[in-house]
Amino acid sequence: MNVLSDNFAMFREGFLGTVELTALSALLALVLGTLIAAFRVSPVPALRVFGTAWVTLLRNTPLVLLFLVVTLGLPALGLKGWDSFWLAVMALGCYTSAFVCEAIRSGINTVPVGQAEAARSIGMTFSQTLGQIVLPQAARTAIPPIGSLMIALAKNTAIASGFNVTELGSVQKTLNADAGYNIYVIFAWIAVCYIIITFAISGLFRLLENRLAVAR
Amino acid sequence: MSASVLYDVPGPKAKVRNRIYGGLSTVVLLGLLAFIGYKLDATGQFQAELWDDYEYSNTHERILDGLLTTLKTFAIAAVLSVALGAVLAAARLSDHRPVRWLATTVVEFFRAMPLLIMIFLLFAAVFTSEPMWALVIGLTLYNGSVQAEIFRSGINAVPKGQSEAAYALGLRKTQVMTSVLIPQAVRSMLPSIISQLVVTLKDTSLGFIILYEELLFVGRAFAQQTEPVNGVYAFIPMVIVFGSIYILLCLALSSLATWVERRTKRSRKGAPPAMPKNSAALVADAGQGG
Repeated sequence: MNVLSDNFAMFREGFLGTVELTALSALLALVLGTLIAAFRVSPVPALRVFGTAWVTLLRNTPLVLLFLVVTLGLPALGLKGWDSFWLAVMALGCYTSAFVCEAIRSGINTVPVGQAEAARSIGMTFSQTLGQIVLPQAARTAIPPIGSLMIALAKNTAIASGFNVTELGSVQKTLNADAGYNIYVIFAWIAVCYIIITFAISGLFRLLENRLAVAR
Repeated sequence: MSASVLYDVPGPKAKVRNRIYGGLSTVVLLGLLAFIGYKLDATGQFQAELWDDYEYSNTHERILDGLLTTLKTFAIAAVLSVALGAVLAAARLSDHRPVRWLATTVVEFFRAMPLLIMIFLLFAAVFTSEPMWALVIGLTLYNGSVQAEIFRSGINAVPKGQSEAAYALGLRKTQVMTSVLIPQAVRSMLPSIISQLVVTLKDTSLGFIILYEELLFVGRAFAQQTEPVNGVYAFIPMVIVFGSIYILLCLALSSLATWVERRTKRSRKGAPPAMPKNSAALVADAGQGG
């Protein structure tokens, strides 16, 4: 009995589910993380406070609890009918955004002061200085830790299996219930799937790093 | 670079403009909070009866039991992961190639695998009746591998002259490692080691998924068992109470990391840092769990 060939459709669905969940959560995390990082260096104190609160709360909350907050909180707000997949995207995206924000902020801190001063001296505004001068340079420093965060995000998608989302974790749970299969073989195939995904992400980020290194 | 370099010191006009933006954003954020509060109230989440059970000593005992289980799991996993990290780091720095290769394979494999999948495997294959050990060993393998990399980067960051001087004095390899390199590495990497322990603490909540009775599991069981009031279950009070406990625990550990970082920086008094500026922060920031 071969676990993979017997259950190929399930593995394919789980693999695609993990890829899709990772990609959409990563997109949300990058957009939110950049926005919150801009808030954290903003001249408007209220936005800085909001940014700090966002990062502090989300970095100190276990991801499983955040899944519970999203899955129980939205129905409690009267917003019912959300698909569990999109709830998982929200939980994973918001959680990772706090870490992305800090990676970007660390990147901003490594840009030489003179760069921003030069931008200011030729009359660029806060948003122009940040968007056109500082963030593109900060990206070079921020990209390696963001790559690690995206790999961690791909691995964290496994938690969604506890919340009725079809991905690789749920494949393992389903197959573990079938006593006919060797559990270590199931684990080995799941491991291969995750290794493919994490290799793809690290390859993508290495490409990005190389492109930026050439531009330097 | 300080954030203020990004913009001029606000003049009178900019101050007024910032106040307007600040006012508007405060109104929007407060409005959002008010909307959430209104909706929660409208769906009956703030009924006083939902909070009644939190008055009983029985409830306090259950919460305390969950908290102690979480702390016990964390303590065992923390000690084991730091010990495993030290062993794996030493093996990765070994002069013997097979030992190095083996340690590298172990570290890379456990860092690449999702923690939850490992916990599932350990639970289903070995520790079916003892979920605590599935959780502890899963946490140890993942966090131990990450700690190994933290130790290794700390040891590599100690200036080469230190070990050269120790060898010149006639110290053996083990003595150089234990008396010279490790004490300096631990000192410079302590904030990152503690930050990784925050991740370990947060990840104990994964026990919830294998039905291990830690804090979060107790919380959900409690909310499910509480009699619904007007058709509403006490999930939101549970999230508020148990979420606050987790946040306070993690904040306490994070503050310890920040305090240690400040203390070690101050005590160096201008000596060159053992690792580049911000790298400790980056390691800590990247530590968002497995």
